[in-house]
Amino acid sequence: MTDWLQFLFMGIQRGAIYAMVAMGFNMIYNATGIINFAQGEFVVLGGLMMVSLTMVMDFSIVFAFFLSVGFVTIVGILMERLTINPVRRPTVLRLIIITIAVSMLFKGSAMCFWGKGSHYMRHFTEAQPLEIMGATIMPQTLWIIGILILVVIGYVLFFNCTMTGKCMRACAINRDAARLAGINDRRMVMLSFALSAAIGAIAGIIITPLIQMDYARGALLGLKGFGAAVIGGLGNSMGAVAAGLLLGTIEAMAGGYISSHYMDAIALVIMLVVLFARPGGLFGSSEEVRLKEF
Amino acid sequence: MSGNDLILELKELKKSFGGVVALDNLSFGVKRNTTTSLIGPNGAGKTTVFNLITGYFGPDSGLLIYRDRPLKGEKPYKTASLGIGRTFQNVQVFADMSVLENVMVGRHLRSRTGLTLSAVLPSFLRPEERRIKEEAWHWLEFVGLERFSDMPAGALPLGNQRMLEIARALAMEPELLLLDEPASGLNSRETIAMGELIGCIRDKAITVMLVEHDMELVMEISDRVAVMNFGRLIAEGTPREVQEDREVISAYLGE
Repeated sequence: MTDWLQFLFMGIQRGAIYAMVAMGFNMIYNATGIINFAQGEFVVLGGLMMVSLTMVMDFSIVFAFFLSVGFVTIVGILMERLTINPVRRPTVLRLIIITIAVSMLFKGSAMCFWGKGSHYMRHFTEAQPLEIMGATIMPQTLWIIGILILVVIGYVLFFNCTMTGKCMRACAINRDAARLAGINDRRMVMLSFALSAAIGAIAGIIITPLIQMDYARGALLGLKGFGAAVIGGLGNSMGAVAAGLLLGTIEAMAGGYISSHYMDAIALVIMLVVLFARPGGLFGSSEEVRLKEF
Repeated sequence: MSGNDLILELKELKKSFGGVVALDNLSFGVKRNTTTSLIGPNGAGKTTVFNLITGYFGPDSGLLIYRDRPLKGEKPYKTASLGIGRTFQNVQVFADMSVLENVMVGRHLRSRTGLTLSAVLPSFLRPEERRIKEEAWHWLEFVGLERFSDMPAGALPLGNQRMLEIARALAMEPELLLLDEPASGLNSRETIAMGELIGCIRDKAITVMLVEHDMELVMEISDRVAVMNFGRLIAEGTPREVQEDREVISAYLGE
């Protein structure tokens, strides 16, 4: 029986996407204390943009990849500059409601540009699926895993080895002290939107060949990613990666052994159980649960 | 700089919070390269003065003149880049970051590469990052914390956290350093060390302004002492002059 191995591959592939969406949530959460409900829309925009650039305009995969990421990053920056930054008395609730509005706007615009249908995109490489112990693994899944690893490495390098990353961490830990150390906290918020839009776009681009992207997928992807972020402990991005992979795997196993109808429900039930039992997430200590004010 | 030896001048500052008057026509000046202490009973408005200088909020009326130019509601990160450093009454270090990283963050203002470029290049590709590290190390040595450099800042005892906060502020190479109760919560040995450190800072030609309750420390290290009560300045002068001032004595003894 190699069913379980097949489900595991499937789970890792889904989980990698949840992990990246969760990292995006965390970055904005750390900088502002809010949950960006437009996070799933970044994923959709990245995927759809990639479809247009590769399938319609016939750009090479690599070029289209960077162009799509760049485009969504700019969308993220514009979102922050036009809807978050101008708020005169920002509170967590106000900002969250704004992100909900923006997500609807993105979804509507995506429907206008790309229509209601789902879009096919070719795989990154046209190699044959690999056979491993009787289970098959798609080359695209290997791309997904590889790119997740690169994103995680990039994330760690950025936050630990660059001055800008250190300043962002400083700002997340203690905004007042960071401002007095000369850090423009508003600029850091903008940067967090740019980075989480970029990560969202990457996730959308690599998953599109496997799921066929359409304009309405953002909400569910966002919800699963949010689940991963909560299970991993809000604000803890390495926890989010582990939780994302775990959530994807459990989902795939549940889909395979129980029923694929219940896959989504099972992911949400796990999130609820974690919230009841360990509100700080599996990988965070409960003392770390702090109510951040914007 | 035309002959004006005041680095900071407060002119008729007024500030109230919902009907409570925090500052009432406060005027005084801080001379370059001196240590000036701001003292007074709790609630006299001392921390409000610091918050105004560093731009956490603006005054209701009045002027703040720094280096011969009025401050016009510059935000805290901006006043920092103008050369005003500050520490807090409740220590504010970046608890989850290492001691050295804390100082490096303070140092970033003096780095030549903008934040955009330094975002792209990881440290081992940039000599500048190494320089920032070396300079941060220098300030750690200055306050005597170099042996803790890799520890998370939150794990340091309070006295050392205060020293670290000062090192972070010094790394910005401020011209004016505001210390908000640097000795509060310190034991007598740590307080003596703090006094010595503040002396060393002044020797580096940095103007120090501090709010402090430990009178022994204040009288020992200050060149000038300004006394506030109910948002007003009630006395200003050398430590000796202030100690003999009638109004000061009555404010403190509550006659």
